[in-house]
Amino acid sequence: MSILLVFVFVLAVFLGLELITKVPSQLHTPLMSGANAISGITVVGALVVAGEGLGGFATALGVLAVAFATVNVVGGYLVTDKMLAMFRRGKG
Amino acid sequence: METWQTLAYIVASVLFILGLKMLGRAETARRGNRVSALGMLVAVVATLAAGGLDYSWIVVGLVIGAGVGAVAARRVQMTQMPEMVALFNGSGGVASMLVGWAEYLRTPDAEGVTAFAVVVTVVIGGLCATGSVVAFAKLSERISGAPIRFDRQQVLNAALLALVALAGAWVVFDALAAGGLPLVGLAFALLLLGALALGVLAVIPIGGADMPIVVALLNSYSGLAAAAAGFVIDNNVLVVAGSLVGASGLILTQIMCKAMNRSLANVLFSGFGSAPTGVAGAEVTGEAKPISAEDAYFVLEAARSVLVVPGYGMAVAQAQHAVKELADQLEAIGAEVRFAIHPVAGRMPGHMNVLLAEANVAYEALVEPDDVNPSMESIDVAIVIGANDVVNPSAKEDPDSPLFGMPIVEVDRARTVFVLKRSMNPGFSGVENALFTRENTRMLFGDAKASITALVGAFKDT
Repeated sequence: MSILLVFVFVLAVFLGLELITKVPSQLHTPLMSGANAISGITVVGALVVAGEGLGGFATALGVLAVAFATVNVVGGYLVTDKMLAMFRRGKG
Repeated sequence: METWQTLAYIVASVLFILGLKMLGRAETARRGNRVSALGMLVAVVATLAAGGLDYSWIVVGLVIGAGVGAVAARRVQMTQMPEMVALFNGSGGVASMLVGWAEYLRTPDAEGVTAFAVVVTVVIGGLCATGSVVAFAKLSERISGAPIRFDRQQVLNAALLALVALAGAWVVFDALAAGGLPLVGLAFALLLLGALALGVLAVIPIGGADMPIVVALLNSYSGLAAAAAGFVIDNNVLVVAGSLVGASGLILTQIMCKAMNRSLANVLFSGFGSAPTGVAGAEVTGEAKPISAEDAYFVLEAARSVLVVPGYGMAVAQAQHAVKELADQLEAIGAEVRFAIHPVAGRMPGHMNVLLAEANVAYEALVEPDDVNPSMESIDVAIVIGANDVVNPSAKEDPDSPLFGMPIVEVDRARTVFVLKRSMNPGFSGVENALFTRENTRMLFGDAKASITALVGAFKDT
């Protein structure tokens, strides 16, 4: 199973490198903060850890992880949207 | 894992890929961000709906996290964006680290590969967490933006790295031997603390102007930490999304390094900018010629083509709205106004673009150095606002200069250059700027916002 994950990992890295080779500089910040929000996917791992009933300290770590990851996800997407809303064409 | 859940994760992965691709183009960027957010929603719902989870504590974590994230996003000013991004980045890193830690507590004697993934998750996540916090503190000027260096810093870093590697190996070998190694708990604690300390030590010696590179690199780390966590809990959507972010962060890091003509290793380990004195390079000769706002106004009034080159100083002075007003005044009298944005101007990738967008500057007015350099001679007035190293002509003329080879905005070839600056102090790199003493350069000393407001006032009075 883990070797399949390695396969997925390598392919996804290459895909990521191909996906964004040429980005106009005005999009650097939104791209970075948008990508940062995606890295909040770790929330899925946090949910599993927090919910699998490990009890005690491990669950506390899990809940903390859920909270931090959710800050990353919610804050990241909102802030990116806020920035992109300001980019506009033409005069106005 | 149920089949439908795997399918949902595939859908989420596709949405992330599409979203990231769309984020790279101005026309589709905003939609792209929403597509990727939808992917996140799909992944989270699929995880929660799979059942077998105790929701009581999960809800607490979700509500607190969503509340904090939403309030922070709503309150943040555009000028604070670099530190906000750093902070979000750090929270992602710490979350991955905690996932790795909790999984280790659950199965301390997991198989070797899993133990290795735990070690990698904890190290990258921890490094990313404290590194981001230090970056945040530097960017928000809670601590000095100047590089912090001390004797034998590299030795300490190397020793710490060795300690972390050793502790990590201990944890992995313990798993391979199906438990039984002594003091493995201590090794794990050292691993955790070592990673956190490494994050601090890695970022403190890096100066303010190199922050765009550090922020981009930390972004990459937060993705890699999530991917590593995916290996720990055997979850493909974490691996896909995490490695996409890891790769995109690397690309961005590479773009930033290229814009500074430096290697990543040079940024991370060199003493660049740490020596305030004794900087190599030819002596700058001649005297800077100051100009008053009133005289500057008369020159601008006659200009047909104006190029604005903003830098970190514009962000500090919060001058972006005043700059936009000045551009409006110039356009009203028929001048063409463009903004030349150097990729590393400011403290994060694209910093200037965000500020100018906030001030309502249309993005067609923004050009990159390569677009404007060939026709620089046709620019009547170039206004440099709080930028320094990115307009230093030594970068192309003086092989002895530390800046030599860095692509710049070649404003020295414009007919007239106004440099708005507080004082004659050199830029972040500590290198004297030959531009200031050029024949066609005039220094407009003072706070950038006050100077520009004075210029706008002069236009309005006539």
